[in-house]
Amino acid sequence: MTAQTAAQPAVSFAPLLEKKFGGAIRPEPGPKSDIPTVGCDAATLKDLALFLRDDPNAKFDLLLDVVSIDRSRLPAAMRPRDGHRFGLSYLLYSTRHNQHLRVRVGVPEADPKVPTLVDTWPAANWFEREAWDLMGVTFEGHPNLRRLLTHNGFVGHPLRKDYEASQRWLCTEEDLLKTELAARTEVEEDIFETMTLNFGPSHPATHGTLRCVFRVDGEKIVAAESECGYLHRNFEKMAEEHTFTQVIPYTDRLNYCSPMINGNGYARTIEQMLGIEVPPRARAVRSILAEFSRIMDHMVCVGTNLVDLGALTNFWYAYQAREQIYSLLEACCGARLTSSYARIGGLSNDVPANFADWCRTLCREIEDELKEIDGLITKNRIAHKRMRGTGYISKADAIAYGFTGPCLRASGVGYDVRKDAPYDFYDEVDFDVPVADGGDNFARYLVRMEEMRQSIRIIEQLVKKLPGGPIVSDDYRVVLPPKEMVYNEMEGLIYHFKVVFEGIKVPPGEIYSFTEGGNGELGYSLVSDGSGRPYRLKVRPPCFPLFAAFEKMVIGGMVSDAVATLGTLNIIAGELDR
Amino acid sequence: MSPELFNVAAAGAKIAFVWGVVLAALLPMLIWAERRVAAFIQDRPGPNRVGPLGLFQSLADAIKFFMKEDVTPTYADRFLFNLAPWITLVPAITTFAIIPFGSSLPVTLGGQTYDVPLIIADVNVGVLYMFALTSIGIYGIVLAGYTSNDKFSLLGGIRSSAQIISYELAMGISAIGVFMTAGSLRLPEVVAYQQQHIWNVVPQILGAVIFIISAFAETNRLPFDLPEAEAELVAGYHTEYSAFKFAMFFMGEYANMVAASALIVTLYFGGWSLPGIAFTGVAGALLSIAVFAAKTGLFIFIFLWVRWTLPRFRYDQLMDLGWKVFLPLSVLNLLYVAILVAAGKA
Repeated sequence: MTAQTAAQPAVSFAPLLEKKFGGAIRPEPGPKSDIPTVGCDAATLKDLALFLRDDPNAKFDLLLDVVSIDRSRLPAAMRPRDGHRFGLSYLLYSTRHNQHLRVRVGVPEADPKVPTLVDTWPAANWFEREAWDLMGVTFEGHPNLRRLLTHNGFVGHPLRKDYEASQRWLCTEEDLLKTELAARTEVEEDIFETMTLNFGPSHPATHGTLRCVFRVDGEKIVAAESECGYLHRNFEKMAEEHTFTQVIPYTDRLNYCSPMINGNGYARTIEQMLGIEVPPRARAVRSILAEFSRIMDHMVCVGTNLVDLGALTNFWYAYQAREQIYSLLEACCGARLTSSYARIGGLSNDVPANFADWCRTLCREIEDELKEIDGLITKNRIAHKRMRGTGYISKADAIAYGFTGPCLRASGVGYDVRKDAPYDFYDEVDFDVPVADGGDNFARYLVRMEEMRQSIRIIEQLVKKLPGGPIVSDDYRVVLPPKEMVYNEMEGLIYHFKVVFEGIKVPPGEIYSFTEGGNGELGYSLVSDGSGRPYRLKVRPPCFPLFAAFEKMVIGGMVSDAVATLGTLNIIAGELDR
Repeated sequence: MSPELFNVAAAGAKIAFVWGVVLAALLPMLIWAERRVAAFIQDRPGPNRVGPLGLFQSLADAIKFFMKEDVTPTYADRFLFNLAPWITLVPAITTFAIIPFGSSLPVTLGGQTYDVPLIIADVNVGVLYMFALTSIGIYGIVLAGYTSNDKFSLLGGIRSSAQIISYELAMGISAIGVFMTAGSLRLPEVVAYQQQHIWNVVPQILGAVIFIISAFAETNRLPFDLPEAEAELVAGYHTEYSAFKFAMFFMGEYANMVAASALIVTLYFGGWSLPGIAFTGVAGALLSIAVFAAKTGLFIFIFLWVRWTLPRFRYDQLMDLGWKVFLPLSVLNLLYVAILVAAGKA
């Protein structure tokens, strides 16, 4: 296991920070594999944010996540120097320098207030709402600080350590959205001019429990407001009550279209924290199945999006491929949808003997299905008319709103974690990152189609050099020892007991670990207090900022465009609401 | 038997035949065919359990529709809400009255031979009657959307009325070309003209294309199925309809599709005729019915094929296409046919 204060990657612009802010900014130590961190006070936060965003040496233009933490139950050694109860971590990314950074701020319990950063990064809007909703940190100057994931009848902030989780709150039919929308459009409730159209949470086009309220003039949207949280089950709170291994099945329920990627990302987070080596075979299989999952994710997105455009047939072509991939997953781990295949240290069991051939056949089949969809849609004039120029978001806006993944790449920024911060086997395979400039629905469609082809390329290369050896690490402090050992040897039994009853002992510290999910950067922020359970686990769901920008993207368009846009953004409610 | 009495009896028999075939046999078959064709295109089996090849699936569905609870929304306008499905279905099946579905059938009765033309009503305003009826049918959709007291239905109703008005114009104007060459509004004469000369589709290909595409729009089929665009408007105008009332809309849509196919065949593809073949006698009459059915069937298949292939237009794009492309083109076609007719006469 690694030493906790090992040298961290240096912050290249640290001298600049020192010069500008003096002692108010301090680099903070963390695990070796973590991203660099600077700490500051609430008073300097706003200036620091502006500096980090605009200074050419920093240029942290993309706000990835806002992580809140209640530090009141941390062991004494881990308590921050400032002694504040709450902590906020702003996770930033620089598209110019390909660098991550965490800005950590302490927030006192008595007056939990920090200035809002919505003006600096519009993406902060929903992230801050979430932090307020779940942790009760107030953001001064926030334009719309209301409940986001919980409902209006909710009392308290569930992620606080002293929140009594057995409490129940009644959800009443308070339609706050409607009045607010009316105020925003500056029109009276006049049925002859505009009308309010409720869209979701159960509408055929929302593909999940999302809700938008449109104010429409005829069919033109003049104002929109989106709302999420209908599928909220507080994954993060549940994670705090389970051992590290027990959290794995919950990760399958995040983005249920590509469960393998979530599991891999989670396991990688813990492995990085533990500093254990994952056998190459496990890493290769993880990458292969992650790419298949990416194909599934994109297939679901493209297929259902085209259903929304009226091209129903493509749905079956897309889902055909998906079903085949499920069969492969089933042969590997026994489950089709919620695979729970990843384990900390490797995978639960080895792949079937015909895995390589199976993958190759599958690639051919997926290519065929892609060709069918291509033939029906890519050059179809009606499809062009429906998708070109609709749901447009510019490069600058996409970055400002915290887009990652295919949606960011469709707006002209080629950021892909697999290329820019390679993990598993991605630095050893040859593949391209498709980038489109359109920023509209068609660009997103094209990027996804091409990514599926690139995924096939990756899979073919990986299958060719699939390494042998064990599928899971033999570090029995982390991995369950084989049954013969448990039954016949004392050590085996002890290891087994420890892992099952106490959980894996992850060294104390904080880490942000990120992988490329189906929809963008999937990040896990983990704070461990050295016990067998996560002290705080925050997921950065890639579609959360996408959906936050949705209302901006649809205003001025028609209702049909909103449907198409929702489809190409690929909002997965399980991941959005957690 | 007096000729008058015979005519009445013959008309009754023809009505029974056409409506019997269309309503009892063709529509259920068509719904089955739609689902099987869709399944074929989409690489899946489709309904194949009820009866041979799943043929009785529609029957089972019909029974299901009868058994279901019929829900009327509380704030709906009850009278119009209940009337709307009738307004859609009845005109749809009434249009078959003026379509000649075969040559003429010689019937010998009491030593006297009557030549029965295979058309229910040979109306001299012919196609005007047809357009009038389809226009009435739209009221069904508009009223359904309006009286359901549902915003999605309302949008569906609005879309429908706008769509039909736009495309009816182009459709009507392109059809005028056919009547100019035939010199009559009566459909049997249009068929006769094509039998003697050439199928209208050859000289008037532009008009034919406009007419066919407009027919897609008139019948609310993809890529023009905006009134019931499920992804946007849930189910459009029939969101609030259930049980048998929904089935009536459903049947109305398919009846419209058959009527449109029959009309396309009659106006542009020679109706029941085939070039170079004279359909005389009983055998000829039966053969002509078969030819007509085959041609109509082909166009129905095209309707199905297109539905499962193309995406849907957007509302404003549909309007643009109707008013900015099809309307000018249909006028151009009219001019062209006028010149053709004038040149032919001169």
